[in-house]
Amino acid sequence: MPDSAVLTQDEILEKTREVLMEALVLDADEVTPEASLTTDLQAESIDFLDIVFRLEKTFSTEDKPFKIEPGELFPDNLLENPEWVQEGKLTDAGMAMLKERMPHVDFTEFDQDRNVEKVAANITVSSLVTFIDRKLSA
Amino acid sequence: MRWMWIDQIVELVPGKRMVAIKNVSLAEEYLHDHFAADGKLEALPVYPASLMIEGMAQTAGILVGAARDFKEKVILAKIMRAVIDGDVFPGQTIRYEASIDHLDTAGAATTGVVSRTEAASGQWEVIAHIDLLFSHADQTMTGVEVPEHNFVFGENLKIILQSAGLAGAITADH
Repeated sequence: MPDSAVLTQDEILEKTREVLMEALVLDADEVTPEASLTTDLQAESIDFLDIVFRLEKTFSTEDKPFKIEPGELFPDNLLENPEWVQEGKLTDAGMAMLKERMPHVDFTEFDQDRNVEKVAANITVSSLVTFIDRKLSA
Repeated sequence: MRWMWIDQIVELVPGKRMVAIKNVSLAEEYLHDHFAADGKLEALPVYPASLMIEGMAQTAGILVGAARDFKEKVILAKIMRAVIDGDVFPGQTIRYEASIDHLDTAGAATTGVVSRTEAASGQWEVIAHIDLLFSHADQTMTGVEVPEHNFVFGENLKIILQSAGLAGAITADH
């Protein structure tokens, strides 16, 4: 396996698609870059654990382990913090936190609605690729 | 784990691998229904594949629990793969070998090989591969109420651990 540092975006996308096809039992044509993990690919919360484990395995090399910390890909305990969520909507502080902690996700559209139930829906296959690419080059 | 589908732990390498066995006997009543004679077909007692998955879940679950001194509530989250190519009949023994593929604070992934043997031949034959995903409930079930006490590693499991010489593995507060 080549050094992960030299993986191109396309190579990362291809490996990520394979991971998702296996973890969620999907056909290749379903896993498009724009697909949302939850709304399009029907990933449930427990699938995220599976996906994280598989990504770690796929992108780790002998020299450089690829480790995704809890809350790194998707912040947990969102609903429990009144500073971030009030009446089911993200506050300004909550939006700022999301954008800072999830720079791999495009929240432009979500910012209009801010429904906390829909945060996960913004994670697309592309977001995962961006997330992995940033981590690998860090 | 009130419902034990392994008889004995025969090997435990903490954090890595565990082997357990299950003896299948016609004294177990469910085998008389799985499958009973139906008028046209004769009775065919065969070990249910679902219980094979449960047996592997218990073997791998104990392995994952032992890796963190049984402090975590280890919950079966997902069957990642279950390929079963052979049947097990009364009188045969099932061997579950589980290995930890991945372990962190959130949970663990295990790979498992199932074999069967019978006393007459003494040969083991691989009949299934069962890979599982476990979650550490307190770490991953945010927003879900999880009981305070460790309901996963209870009394039945203690008996099995005792017979394997591992009773000290479970701390007193469970």
